[in-house]
Amino acid sequence: MTAALTDLTLAEARDGLQAGSFSSVELTRAHSAAVERARPLNAFITETPDLALGLAEASDARRKRDGAAGPMDGIPIAVKDLFCTGGVLTTAGSHILDGFTPTYDSTVTANLKRAGAVMLGKTNMDEFAMGSANMTSYYGPVKNPWKGGGGRDLVPGGSSGGSTAAVAARLCLGAIGTDTGGSIRQPASFCGVVGLKPTYGRCSRWGIVAFASSLDQAGPMARTVRDAAIVLGAMAGHDARDSTSAPVDVPDFEAGLDAGVGGLKVGIPKEYVVDGMAAEIGRLWEKGAAWLKESGADIVEVSLPHTKYALPAYYIVAPAEASSNLARYDGVRYGLRIDGGSLDEMYENTRGAGFGAEVRRRVLIGTYVLSAGYYDAYYLKAQKVRTLIAGDFRRAFETVDVLLTPTAPSAAFAIGEKMDDPIAMYLNDVFTVPASLAGLPAISVPAGLSAGGLPLGLHLIGRPFDEETVLRAAHALEAAAGFDARPPAVGEA
Amino acid sequence: MPYLIHGETGDWEVVIGLEVHAQIVSEAKLFSGAATEFGAEPNTQVSLVDAAMPGMLPVINGYCVEQAVRTGLGLKAHVNRHSVFERKNYFYADLPQGYQISQYQQPLVGEGTVVLDLPDGSSREVGIERLHMEQDAGKSLHDRDPGRTFIDLNRSGIALMEIVSKPDLRSPEEAGLYLRKLRSIMRYLGTCDGNMEQGSMRCDVNVSVRKVGETDLRTRTETKNVNSVRFVMQAIAHEAERQVAVYESGGTVEQETRLFDPDRGETRAMRAKEFAHDYRYFPDPDLLPLDLAEDYIARIRAALPELPDEKKQRFMTEFGLSAYDAGVLVAERETADFYEAVARGRDAKAAANWVISNLFGALNRKGLGIAESPVSAENLGRLLDLIAADTISGRIAKEVFEVMVETGGEPGSIVEEKGLRQITDSAEIEAAVGKVIAENPDQVARFRGGNEKIAGWFVGQVMKATGGKANPKLVGELLKEKLRN
Repeated sequence: MTAALTDLTLAEARDGLQAGSFSSVELTRAHSAAVERARPLNAFITETPDLALGLAEASDARRKRDGAAGPMDGIPIAVKDLFCTGGVLTTAGSHILDGFTPTYDSTVTANLKRAGAVMLGKTNMDEFAMGSANMTSYYGPVKNPWKGGGGRDLVPGGSSGGSTAAVAARLCLGAIGTDTGGSIRQPASFCGVVGLKPTYGRCSRWGIVAFASSLDQAGPMARTVRDAAIVLGAMAGHDARDSTSAPVDVPDFEAGLDAGVGGLKVGIPKEYVVDGMAAEIGRLWEKGAAWLKESGADIVEVSLPHTKYALPAYYIVAPAEASSNLARYDGVRYGLRIDGGSLDEMYENTRGAGFGAEVRRRVLIGTYVLSAGYYDAYYLKAQKVRTLIAGDFRRAFETVDVLLTPTAPSAAFAIGEKMDDPIAMYLNDVFTVPASLAGLPAISVPAGLSAGGLPLGLHLIGRPFDEETVLRAAHALEAAAGFDARPPAVGEA
Repeated sequence: MPYLIHGETGDWEVVIGLEVHAQIVSEAKLFSGAATEFGAEPNTQVSLVDAAMPGMLPVINGYCVEQAVRTGLGLKAHVNRHSVFERKNYFYADLPQGYQISQYQQPLVGEGTVVLDLPDGSSREVGIERLHMEQDAGKSLHDRDPGRTFIDLNRSGIALMEIVSKPDLRSPEEAGLYLRKLRSIMRYLGTCDGNMEQGSMRCDVNVSVRKVGETDLRTRTETKNVNSVRFVMQAIAHEAERQVAVYESGGTVEQETRLFDPDRGETRAMRAKEFAHDYRYFPDPDLLPLDLAEDYIARIRAALPELPDEKKQRFMTEFGLSAYDAGVLVAERETADFYEAVARGRDAKAAANWVISNLFGALNRKGLGIAESPVSAENLGRLLDLIAADTISGRIAKEVFEVMVETGGEPGSIVEEKGLRQITDSAEIEAAVGKVIAENPDQVARFRGGNEKIAGWFVGQVMKATGGKANPKLVGELLKEKLRN
């Protein structure tokens, strides 16, 4: 019974709850037990089984009273520890937020709570969402439930690695994360799950610990495209407390999934063939295009000429914003404080001990590129590049409806790899960063296995606020790929 | 008379530009809904945004924008339809975000003008360089504990306008006039209460000196956070003298930030560490650029009140006042309104004299503002009416006025109560005149002997006999008649 409940998709669980086949309490207990068994993965920083049980009981009572409930009501999910959650420790994966328990809920988690979702706990992540391997967390690395040759431990990707690992290992029916340059999509690819970064402005950023404000966007991770669509529907919506939140209606993202891709124009950007990309990635990409063509789509080659400037521009803009966003962690009001003989010394002690190496690196880079005399050469130029990249996409979307690319240049790598080479690490984001810079919706769908038997994702990018088309194409891709591989079970002796 | 410093090497003129930080009158802060009341208990007016809790985002307060636009229009300035909020990054314990949200490259308001009313009645224009919006920091309290600093975040996030003048001012007096005029305009507009003691108006003073005849500007210093008009004037005077002394002893003036010490009346350099910041400005990604519609600006413009300059002009043309009197009366909107209520339908010049000489004198003596005046505009008007109707003489009016100042009473009742009504009954005056003539035969003889100047003495005697209540005109006529007979 327990195994069966955690094997359900979110949509199946929704239907089962509605049919009365099982209760939210049963569903929640099964998942909380799975979370506990999977502790070796280190996917969670904080488990909240008691809180979850209370929410599940309330959901069951609601359903009993009202007869019906929304699609997320009673559904156990995991929440990246970047979302502030009232009364629950919120760390952003950092030592500097030691003991920080917010009095408030982020808009996204509040929306989910209102929809009846059951939070199982807060998932591990790269510190302040800075990383592509979940190696920078103060709470230690997350292990990918998929294993490498000889049972080697692999990274889950990052920064939302805890959330994707939890979804892949059947610890929750869905999860939420944030994506700044690929932090939902790249780990989704590494863990063999669906990960969607919505259009910038689709989900409120209020109450999400900020990394890079002009890029951060919350999104869902789940085992199917349909499940991701359901979670997104409950997260999204305009929020007056976030000036960059878009005053647009939230459509029923699930409704149009089955409409198919007949006549849809799918663009293949030729600049996405990059050096060092594994041959099997290229082959999967071709396969993806063929699948969509067989499903009725037209495949068109397009050019996004400024693509190669995206990664360098991203690694200027994001650290610049981060260097300023992270200034508030100063030991004065909350979190870690390490005293010193003067205010400056207290700052140095606190921030030196509170931030890990990668965060310090990015704060330094960001401070440097904004400095007097360097601003024009770096930050301003990067913003110009960003405008050009957005222009590339705009032109492409005059002729195509979605773009198809790989999600990441490789499958998951071993824990410890690439740690001495930040540039190699940053290259993980080469396919995901351009859509982030342009604020476009994009999804990673598991599409096949590498030669080593590890999941690989394909990536679809759409027009602003056209998540519906992205999801419809992803749904078709998912059906054609028929990805049904799953990682070995965790924690079962 | 230009303000010059007479040095050993010749005459120097002083070039001054002021940066005024004016707190916007608004019940809520610039980017949060927290209250802004002055003097509240520490840390009681602090929202999650003001304390920079993780994940908190600023949302612009539309009313503050409207207030800043209104101020820009009041300064006859160009309001930019597109402006951008940027982050000014630096670490300090009372700056919770680690940055101040301000406007830098693209401010809300561009060039404008303030007209100074000089004491000789002439006026002079001072250019405004720009006006931008920004948030205030909190307060560090260093004096509560020997080893610790306390932080009060009530002020954190309060909306400020930074108003930057062009280097058009040439003397401490002009700087004082400029500050007073700026305050007057903002108080008319209701956009800043201009209270320098409470810190709702603060001033950074940029000063340089140059030899008379030089056209280029020399190096300037900036004296920060001077908090009264008098201190601004002192700081300028001291700083100008200091710079002249530096040049004349062969030195060079450093571009530096200085502090004003009000106890010593002088400026001193801050330690380099106190201001050596690279603020790393960049557009705040949490906020959209401010894009204002033309008709939004037009609506605010249409609703502007009459401002001091226009009011002064009107008082001169409509009421025939001198530039000086009009300038004095319009400095405060409440005074102008008071005056206008008194003058309307009456002798406007007499009204001006009464307000400026008598009322201001009385208020000064009692240390009261116009709003607390015991004499209401209505009652002062009635007093003027009593004079005009010959019910009382000007001299009696002053007596009545003093009673009004003390009691706040209505002049008509005071006149009746004290029996001060002017005697216009010719029979009664005739009797008094007859009595004075009868009692002073010698003087009568002198008058009749050709010394007509003595008529004034007779008037005085009659007034004395009637307790000052006799209508002096009538007394004069009757005396003339009786003395000639």
